[in-house]
Amino acid sequence: MQTNGLKVNELSVFYGEKEAVKKVSLSFAPQTVTALIGPSGCGKSTFLRSLNRMNDTIGGVRTTGEIWIDGVNINDPSIDVVELRQQIGMVWQRPNPFHKSIYENIAFGPRYHGIKKKKQLDEIVEDSLRKAALWEETKDRLHNSALALSGGQQQRLCIARSIAVKPKIILMDEPASALDPVSTSKIEELIAELKKEYCIVIVTHNMQQAARVSDRTAFFYMGKLIEADSTEVMFTNPTQKETDDYISGRFG
Amino acid sequence: MNAKTADRIATVVIFAVAAFIVLLLIGLLGFILVRGISHISWDFLTSAPETIKAGGGIGPQLFNSLFLLVLTMLITVPIGVGAGIFMSQYAKPGRLTNSIRLVVEVLSSFPSIVVGLFGMLVFVQKFDIGFSLLSGALALTVFNLPLMVRITEQAMSGVPREQKEASLALGLSRWKTITSVMFPIALPTIITGTILAAGRVFGEAAALLFTAGMSSPRLDFTDWNPLSPFSPLNPLRPAETLAVHIWKINSEGLAPDAAEIAAGASAVLVITVLLFNFGARWFGRYLHRKFTATR
Amino acid sequence: MEQPAVKGQKVAFVKPHVREEWIGRIYTTLCILFLIVTIVAIVYFVASKGLSTFFKNGVNIGDLLTGLKWNPEGEPPLFGALPFIFGSFSTSLLAALIAAPLGCCAAIFMTQIMPGVGRKYLQPVIELLAGIPSVVYGFVGLSVIVPMLRAIFPGQGIGIMAGSLVLAVMILPTITTIATDALAALPSGLKEGSFALGATRWQTIYRIVIPTTLPALLTGVVLGMSRAFGEALAVQMVIGNAPHIPRSLFESTSTLTSAITLSMGNTITGSAHNNALWSLALILLTMTFIFVFIVRVLERRNHR
Repeated sequence: MQTNGLKVNELSVFYGEKEAVKKVSLSFAPQTVTALIGPSGCGKSTFLRSLNRMNDTIGGVRTTGEIWIDGVNINDPSIDVVELRQQIGMVWQRPNPFHKSIYENIAFGPRYHGIKKKKQLDEIVEDSLRKAALWEETKDRLHNSALALSGGQQQRLCIARSIAVKPKIILMDEPASALDPVSTSKIEELIAELKKEYCIVIVTHNMQQAARVSDRTAFFYMGKLIEADSTEVMFTNPTQKETDDYISGRFG
Repeated sequence: MNAKTADRIATVVIFAVAAFIVLLLIGLLGFILVRGISHISWDFLTSAPETIKAGGGIGPQLFNSLFLLVLTMLITVPIGVGAGIFMSQYAKPGRLTNSIRLVVEVLSSFPSIVVGLFGMLVFVQKFDIGFSLLSGALALTVFNLPLMVRITEQAMSGVPREQKEASLALGLSRWKTITSVMFPIALPTIITGTILAAGRVFGEAAALLFTAGMSSPRLDFTDWNPLSPFSPLNPLRPAETLAVHIWKINSEGLAPDAAEIAAGASAVLVITVLLFNFGARWFGRYLHRKFTATR
Repeated sequence: MEQPAVKGQKVAFVKPHVREEWIGRIYTTLCILFLIVTIVAIVYFVASKGLSTFFKNGVNIGDLLTGLKWNPEGEPPLFGALPFIFGSFSTSLLAALIAAPLGCCAAIFMTQIMPGVGRKYLQPVIELLAGIPSVVYGFVGLSVIVPMLRAIFPGQGIGIMAGSLVLAVMILPTITTIATDALAALPSGLKEGSFALGATRWQTIYRIVIPTTLPALLTGVVLGMSRAFGEALAVQMVIGNAPHIPRSLFESTSTLTSAITLSMGNTITGSAHNNALWSLALILLTMTFIFVFIVRVLERRNHR
């Protein structure tokens, strides 16, 4: 389930007449974490949501440009989005487990994709929960409601849920912004662990977090990609003035 | 008059109106129940009505009302839920959707007597079903559908967006997302609304006068073959419901105890509708507790 | 030799998730189509039946709308429906006039004065009032309101006043619910600003709250009227059903709905009398459209 990464070419997203993302070109390497940073409303979340065509589900959104995954332009109208989304996991700002049991939350996706045997499903559930560092806490209550978990546990469950369908890429939209510091650090550890297998794109407004978890950082401002480079370079020696201003806290 | 006095008077008036409305309901229910309950007995609830003698009951009417309600809901719920899902999930915002919404709104404000006339013309005469439970159920479906659509649409739109997106992001089709993730979350609201709608259907009479008819054959409650003309289960037989019965004895009742029968039947009708109301309330609260409980 | 292979590939089965999506789409689309077909059918049938009075039976539209005499079985038959139209308008207007102030007061009570008590007691009361079937209202009207009016005023007690009182109670929930929603949706800053200027609660309500919510309050009143206009049995039971324009509020008269209710079962399909009743139904239907149109206009003003 490895990927050669993701290559975005001149991607623009329009809400009606408004251009929310303006001709962004950006590559994401496999087994790396790329952080998208920028002030709110800069288009980073919209950009992220266009990578798995989630913006299609909102009426009145138009996306132009190319998104290449392993030689396929997934922004082509003829692409089967349902199959595409199976390859791209997504985690949201607020934990959003299904109103089902912990077990069902994870087994739901794989079962839909054709895995019917109980034993196989059990394995996937355990494996996913282990990867999300949630197995020890939940193995005795797999059939309790997922809504009874704490916020941080719910978020890790959501991560487990998305890796259960074996994606190549995981998109995270401010995954820790609704959590307490302890839960946040657990999520960050988890991201570091997951990057061994997946290509991860994370949107964050927290620059320390971007510095801690990411290998590469891309700075968005007013719908444009200002610059993207290795995280170290971005935080110590950015080439653009806006980046410098933002990172040093002069606006945003 | 200074502002303080005006304020005081207005407050008193508003309080008085609020109290008046509460008293109105108490008086109304009190009147119906006090007048009617003394007449309710097992015999009254189960025996057949008499046309010119005293001592008739409302057994067949009560059965007809319940049977008709079940038939109506069997037809209404699948169509109403489907249309509501379409409106909330598949209809793209725009001119067409707005016109469909207008259609639903117009249909919901049609007078029920007009719906009844339409049912008479189309179901009774054109489809040649005759005055029957089925015609009545179809007319009530037309009468009830807009409400069902609105209930479903609102309940589905109330499902958090993140739930829908989480399912889509796992690579599930929209339909699977709707049926397996969104619908279960919307279900409590839909059920509560449906129970209330059922109460409305149970009390409706105007749409039934010319569709289900104003008379019942002598029912044979030992004959459970749905094809037999005297079987209570035959959906193609004419059926006078409780609400229609109340209207009929009030306007043309010949039995000497018509007033008492009307009172008793009204009490039964109101009690049933109250049960639906409290049932919906209780069920809504129960589900709310169940879903918000920490465990 | 290669041809069949290519063909075989093309036949490849439809993916399950695509098929299931189509099933869902087709099912829900059929449901909504059913709804649309129904309303088109209602309008078509009522209109074609109702208009045949004029085209087939040769009755003049003007005569029907303004004629004072309704005697469809007479010689010559007379189809003057003005008494019914008058009865429908006067009962529903009067009902709205009675119910509107009550409903608005109840809404003010529930949102501005005692929201806690209002939500806990008044709200369920209003909902229960909405749940009581119309025949029960008719029955109570017949056994309470009519004798009461008979005792106080000259006449038999039946008539426009009895009908309006029954209808007023029936449409009270509609008006109250919509008014409550409108008042509750007011931004709280609006009221606080007025209080800060030293206005009393009542001054705030009638200078700020009511004027800003007026279109919504009117929407409620129009919807209530629309419901009253179309209500059949409760009115028919207390209005007396004499087909003439009454000289007082306490004299027997009739409405469009009660004329249909009483006579439709006793006429032969296709006869002039029967068609004339369908014409009355067509008037009802037209009025429904007009009411919906007014509500739409009011709502548009409300959103501005």
